[in-house]
Amino acid sequence: MDGVIADHSATLDQLATGESAVVAGVNGAGLSRRRLLEMGFVQGTPVRLVRRAPLGDPLELDVAGYRLSLRGEVAAHIHVRRRG
Amino acid sequence: MHTDAPARPRRIALVGNPNVGKTTLFNRLTGLRQKVGNFPGVTVERKVGHARLRGVDHEVIDLPGSYSLVADAIDEEIVAKLLCEGGDDPAHRCDCPDVVVVVIDAGNLRRNLFFLSEVLDTGLPVVVALNMVDEAQRAGIAIDARAIERVSGVPCVETVARRGEGIERLLERAVEAAERGVAPSRRWRLPPEDEQRLGARIDGAQPRWKELQALRAEQPDFRQREIEARYRWAATATGPDVQRAAALRRRSDRIDRWLLHPVIGPLAFVLIMGLLFQAVFTWAVPAMDLLEQGIGQLADAVRGPALWQRLLADGAIAGVGAVVVFLPQILILFLGLGLLEDTGYLTRAAFIVDRPLKALGLSGRAFIPLMSSFACAVPGVMAARAIPDPRERWLTIFIAPLMTCSARLPVYALLIAAFIPDHRYLGGLVGLQGLVLLALYLAGMAAAAGFALLVERWRSPGPRLHGMLELPPYRLPTARTVALRLKLRAGAFLTRAGKLIFLASVLMWALTTFPQTAPPPGASAEEAAAVQLEASFAGQLGRLVEPVFRPLGFDWKIDVGLISSFAAREVFVGTMGVVYSVGEGADEHSSSLRAAMAAQRHPDTGAPVYDLPTVLALLAFYVLALQCVSTIAIVARETGSWRTPALQFVAFTGAAWIAAWLTRQIAIALGG
Repeated sequence: MDGVIADHSATLDQLATGESAVVAGVNGAGLSRRRLLEMGFVQGTPVRLVRRAPLGDPLELDVAGYRLSLRGEVAAHIHVRRRG
Repeated sequence: MHTDAPARPRRIALVGNPNVGKTTLFNRLTGLRQKVGNFPGVTVERKVGHARLRGVDHEVIDLPGSYSLVADAIDEEIVAKLLCEGGDDPAHRCDCPDVVVVVIDAGNLRRNLFFLSEVLDTGLPVVVALNMVDEAQRAGIAIDARAIERVSGVPCVETVARRGEGIERLLERAVEAAERGVAPSRRWRLPPEDEQRLGARIDGAQPRWKELQALRAEQPDFRQREIEARYRWAATATGPDVQRAAALRRRSDRIDRWLLHPVIGPLAFVLIMGLLFQAVFTWAVPAMDLLEQGIGQLADAVRGPALWQRLLADGAIAGVGAVVVFLPQILILFLGLGLLEDTGYLTRAAFIVDRPLKALGLSGRAFIPLMSSFACAVPGVMAARAIPDPRERWLTIFIAPLMTCSARLPVYALLIAAFIPDHRYLGGLVGLQGLVLLALYLAGMAAAAGFALLVERWRSPGPRLHGMLELPPYRLPTARTVALRLKLRAGAFLTRAGKLIFLASVLMWALTTFPQTAPPPGASAEEAAAVQLEASFAGQLGRLVEPVFRPLGFDWKIDVGLISSFAAREVFVGTMGVVYSVGEGADEHSSSLRAAMAAQRHPDTGAPVYDLPTVLALLAFYVLALQCVSTIAIVARETGSWRTPALQFVAFTGAAWIAAWLTRQIAIALGG
């Protein structure tokens, strides 16, 4: 189940702390991708990078209302459109 | 709607996302009328209890939290199997519940409704429990049970499980739905092409889940479109409430600003763990002293010349009593760990330690099972079911027994209290005894980390599954939850003491008392007891293995204790209670095991048996050795073979011997 996004939007791990964005799509393959979608990272979902852990990883994300801890390498698969 | 005839008992399954209050609801429905697994904790297997409605006892099943019925880890598979396939064992009659209660967090509707949409497709009757409405109301979120009913087509009851509100109504609706037995209709819509494909397959009699499974298997992108379609449906019930949801997190965010602060966070973590630790060792002492006195008096009252009296006083009471004394410490440990878990702090801790754990081949998700193992490795090993990556799960299970479990606590506490001097530092704030205990805990963790690194180096690298972890808002557990947890935990501890330790103690007493040997003529009571002990079965066994442990400084009596504690660690304390009370003879019985141990002398040299190097070696042995049949059994069950526990036994016990020997040598060299 592959998804390939061909535009130039940022990935979730590239956001600045506190920055909001909207999910454009999830790259990559396999079970992690499916689980990300199931957890709510579908197209159009508002997300915000709340903070990074004390050692820089993982990231705490606000996903349309709830908080999820995600490793940077996984967040790199989620493409987003930055909000103004 | 209600008839006067008594209703049939129904099977009610509780499902929902993690952290929505399913178990709180379960406790409200069933109270103490639940079959207590010996090991309370995060739900990783089904729990069964009974709820009474109008004189009929309905069966209620609490299931692990899941994010989707397309399972990601073993605990989610349990839920999927029960709802979609009618249970684990196709050979038995249908295990299906009569009705499924989907518990939903009112403050987190979107993702919860996604899960609800999946459950609605299983063909089972559904009732929705809209839980935590109090929190949502406080945050200004307008919740509407009617809207959810309209959108889903099934009954929806507002509940506040922590306060017990709405429970009765929920039970009534659930039983009604079970009696009606109507399968919910599908309310979410796929894109037209997929709708056609699905429509072509649906045979009205079968639940839709099987058709959806088939489509997912055939079409690689189908699952994505299906997920998106379900979330679109969820949006029709939630509307644009993202802003208001932020209000819910305000208090939690304020707390997290400190507890997850880059510098203060880790500091707070260390402080909190240290505080828990201090509490366990220091606060329980007065209660423990009282217990010890009481048990000693009981034994003295019972003791007499008859064999059964000796069995009771020196076998059962001495053995079981030696362990029961530690109940206050165990309770404080469980109280502390329970609070950390229930408030939601443990997920923050997991968030902080994820990065260092990654270096060991683990993740923050492994942190919670490993923390549980501080209480007891058995629920810790089971909690590993929530870890999606199979290799990480195996590794977590492998090192779990090295975490200092509560059964080691009596052994440590006994040896430390008896042989480590009570020096104080920093004006009485910090004690040497506490420091030694801390060192033992750290040693266990260091050993776990060491073994994890070893395994990682050995294994070939492979793709690693995600380590997603939800951070729920901070919640204060109710006094009721805490009390129930403590009651269940104390009950489990006493039951274990009552059965396992009792049997072991009686067995130990028999092994030390038989064969009965007549004392040599003119011998004192002490000498007679010593001769008896040595000639007994236990004595012979101890003599047999003595060569193995002599380099560690253990005499054969300690060896007897060591061997007996391979069944369960705290049996060591019970065994020593029996061995030294029998060895001392009835006349000189001291109600303190510590005093008896301190008085032990080697018969040939007259030197104390428990000198510092020996005590330290004994402690080191217990840090590492795998001594617990329950753990071995559960690891075998969870990993599906005896290979892993065999490997653990050999590796850890071998390492224990080496560590004990090294410790002894170092202690002697330093002039112990």
